[in-house]
Amino acid sequence: MKTEYEAVIGIECHVELRTNTKMFCGCRNEFGGEPNTLVCPVCLGMPGALPVPNRRAIEHMVAAGLAFGSAIPAFSKFDRKNYFYPDMPKDYQISQYDMPLCEGGTVRYWLDDGTMRECRLTRIHLEEDTGKSTHAGSDDGRIAGSSYSLVDFNRAGVPLMECVSEPDLRTSQEAVGYLESLRRTLLALGVSDVKMEEGSLRCDANVSIRPVGASEFGTKTEIKNMNSFRSVERAIESEIARQTEIVSSGGRIVQETRGWDEVNGTTHSMRSKEEAHDYRYFPDPDLVPLEISSDDVERLRGTLPELPWQRFERYATEYGLATKQATQLIDNPSLGAYFDRVVAESSNPHQSSNFVLGDLSRLANETGVPVAESKVAPEHLAELVGLVESKRVNSKIAKELLGRMWDGAGSPAAIVEREGLAQTSDPAAIERFVDDAIAAHPEVAAEYRAGKTNVLGFLVGQIMKASRGKADPALVNELVRKKLC
Amino acid sequence: MASDLLSESAARIAERVRSGEVTASEVTEATLERVAAADGSIGAYLTVLPELARAHAARVDERVRGGESLPLAGVPLAVKDNMCLEGTRTTCGSKILEHWVAPYTATAVARMIEAGAVPIGKANCDEFAMGSSCENSALGVTRNPYDLTRVPGGSSGGSAAAVAAYEAAIGLGSDTGGSIREPAAFCNLVGFKPTYGRISRYGLIAFASSLDQIGPLTRTVEDSALAYDAMAGFDPMDATSIDRSVEVAASGLRDDLRGLRIGIVRDFETKALGEDLDAIYQAAYRDLEKLGAELVDVSLPTAEYGVATYYLIAPAECSSNLARFDGVRYGLRVDGDDVRAMYERTRAAGFGPEVKRRILIGTHALSSGYYDAYYVRAQKARTLIGRDFENAFEQCDLIACPAGSCAAFEFGAKSDPYSMYLMDYYTIPMSLAGLPALSVPCGWSTPPGGSTPMPIGLQLCAPLFEERLLLGAAHAYETATRA
Repeated sequence: MKTEYEAVIGIECHVELRTNTKMFCGCRNEFGGEPNTLVCPVCLGMPGALPVPNRRAIEHMVAAGLAFGSAIPAFSKFDRKNYFYPDMPKDYQISQYDMPLCEGGTVRYWLDDGTMRECRLTRIHLEEDTGKSTHAGSDDGRIAGSSYSLVDFNRAGVPLMECVSEPDLRTSQEAVGYLESLRRTLLALGVSDVKMEEGSLRCDANVSIRPVGASEFGTKTEIKNMNSFRSVERAIESEIARQTEIVSSGGRIVQETRGWDEVNGTTHSMRSKEEAHDYRYFPDPDLVPLEISSDDVERLRGTLPELPWQRFERYATEYGLATKQATQLIDNPSLGAYFDRVVAESSNPHQSSNFVLGDLSRLANETGVPVAESKVAPEHLAELVGLVESKRVNSKIAKELLGRMWDGAGSPAAIVEREGLAQTSDPAAIERFVDDAIAAHPEVAAEYRAGKTNVLGFLVGQIMKASRGKADPALVNELVRKKLC
Repeated sequence: MASDLLSESAARIAERVRSGEVTASEVTEATLERVAAADGSIGAYLTVLPELARAHAARVDERVRGGESLPLAGVPLAVKDNMCLEGTRTTCGSKILEHWVAPYTATAVARMIEAGAVPIGKANCDEFAMGSSCENSALGVTRNPYDLTRVPGGSSGGSAAAVAAYEAAIGLGSDTGGSIREPAAFCNLVGFKPTYGRISRYGLIAFASSLDQIGPLTRTVEDSALAYDAMAGFDPMDATSIDRSVEVAASGLRDDLRGLRIGIVRDFETKALGEDLDAIYQAAYRDLEKLGAELVDVSLPTAEYGVATYYLIAPAECSSNLARFDGVRYGLRVDGDDVRAMYERTRAAGFGPEVKRRILIGTHALSSGYYDAYYVRAQKARTLIGRDFENAFEQCDLIACPAGSCAAFEFGAKSDPYSMYLMDYYTIPMSLAGLPALSVPCGWSTPPGGSTPMPIGLQLCAPLFEERLLLGAAHAYETATRA
């Protein structure tokens, strides 16, 4: 019998924090800029320069830890990770070794089918980013064959959060779900831009396989160079397939770092574990231990927004929205906030989401004006939802009203009142329209009676037109049938 | 008049400049002349800065005329060459930084200049402040002004020689295990290391970050107090600088020691130093008593582990601090076929033997498998040494002991590293404990085989942050004993 394998996946993320200045100096923390323009003696590692920690970055870390339910120890410290690398100005990186700012925690995420899952965190620690090397004089920009290298230190010293997950993920979809939830949460907290394309989110995946049901882990490989969630998904799938093939044919997995090749869709060996560094970590004597008071922790806890997975549960479970709609609202924060205001007034999430994600989003797309910045005030949209819900206007009128609201018409209730657009549900009034229509089109009435029931729509249309759209279409249908039978 | 002026204390020079009796420019010219005449044989400076000095002097004169009362108006300053001064070559006495020009100024140096001091030049030192004789400088020889065949001490040997030879009135030094106190003792000066963190390290090129502390070398205690007052205090650029108010030291100078209990360290028995030195120290202790102090017998049982502890912690930190000298961004670069070869050739050519020795020791002490046995144990020993001082200071207000185990020695006399390391036996424990300590001249002794009497220093040490008390007491001793 063929052995079935399952994958065991853990993710390590590096996230650049959004702060005004770098982690240990006063240089602006910005993406881009002419090479080596956002630098000073400190982030260039000039002789005699000293680091001073950025309080904001530490607060961002604590906020993230609290969002994920990590423990925030009262004491933390910075350590030096020593290794030589040309884009690391001091030839050591200020990082955290054995006393990270955040210990443990859980990232809750959901899959496309709406299932909620959890992935535990090992730790989140704070460090400084390195500069960026460009290798020149070769054809492919790789270091091999290059005749010289250029280093841009603009990124050197940018605060960097390293978030390490436990190996709780089993599929590439789970890995992407985890990453998306992590990204959404950090965005919601405002602690990072989390843009993979600008490098403010970078991630590596540790992948191994084992027979389904086994409790021990297999030998893992670390996958690097993935530059989008899509490539994370593809790289993990490719690596699972590669490992499965090796193990199925009696081979052994080598513990190594493998690079993802986007073009070929495969991973390739970069370096083996034997070449691992001894980083000689020790407490950075230039920095004093960090004390995080419980007052600070509570203050930051008080600033936490509703978290993405909490919103997802509210939208999906409480409001009954479809996964796609809920996700759409979460991923567009201003639209989501707008939606929440509409729901707060209308108390009808379903109808509200139909308007917000339907006609209103369509108008926004057509005009290029975001919903939240449009002339449609959330309370007016809520009013419209109420008009539809109470059947005071039918959907056709509602759509018309929304168009006018988009152009700045204001309160829909006022328009309905002013222009007498309220839906007519008075059977006597509708009966008059029905009688008139049958009288005006006796041949159509005859056809219907002869069994050609599809002409009903024509009669209904005539009646709606005569009522200027205000007649309740359901009542109209019912009365026409009754009259013609 | 010129030589009279230069032999004055910094306090007196500043007073005369403030009063308008002389100008800072005149003091500066006289000093530059003195340097031109004397430094050829002394070798205190690696770089003399005539233009910069004149520009600063002119600015001081302008400020004085503008009515500013500058505590160090026109005082000629020697800056140890491991401190950054913008636009000047800052070498650390090393080939690896031989041509490096600092792009910014160290906080301590900036504060001295702000107080009116005029930087005359950058003073020689042991390479990256690693040494006790200045012999480890890769860029020049500095001689003891009291006997040119002898070392000035180290690592702040250039600053000490400059002040002793009247080529400056104040020398800035840095003390990691004794590098201010020992050369001060060798050159008949007051050398003062404040509490760790009192003076910003920003712009001081690090040797061992948890121990390095800037301080002055001067001819009088009062001058050290003035320099300390100018430099001490929190600096937002140094996370280890202490955010705590600083008591003005210059106003705390006293003439007696009444009411003070001074601890004599039982474990630092001076008989082993020879009859001559023993007699000098015993006389010094009696002088303290005569000034009204009560002598108390105290013990520092773990102080004997100071040297061993220090030579793990300091090299560990230095191995990491000196990693940045890799040829990539600044300083010496010796090219190779790839970046690794460039690192290796640059560092092989740029660092001298003592620096390499300490980088190797430190790298080993931090290595996986040795870290707990060496670095962690050394940190524990450091804690115990600190506790010894805490206990001792429950019985006394100050501690008195030797500043060194001998007078200035001849060049090459301490050629094996270990005997050189032992030079700091009496100064290292205070550094490990972060305590304020100073060396003050206490006598003269003709070294065995020598013909000239050489100066000897008494070390006084106070509890953390008690700089004012320490300088005050040293002033009383100095006043009573100086002929």
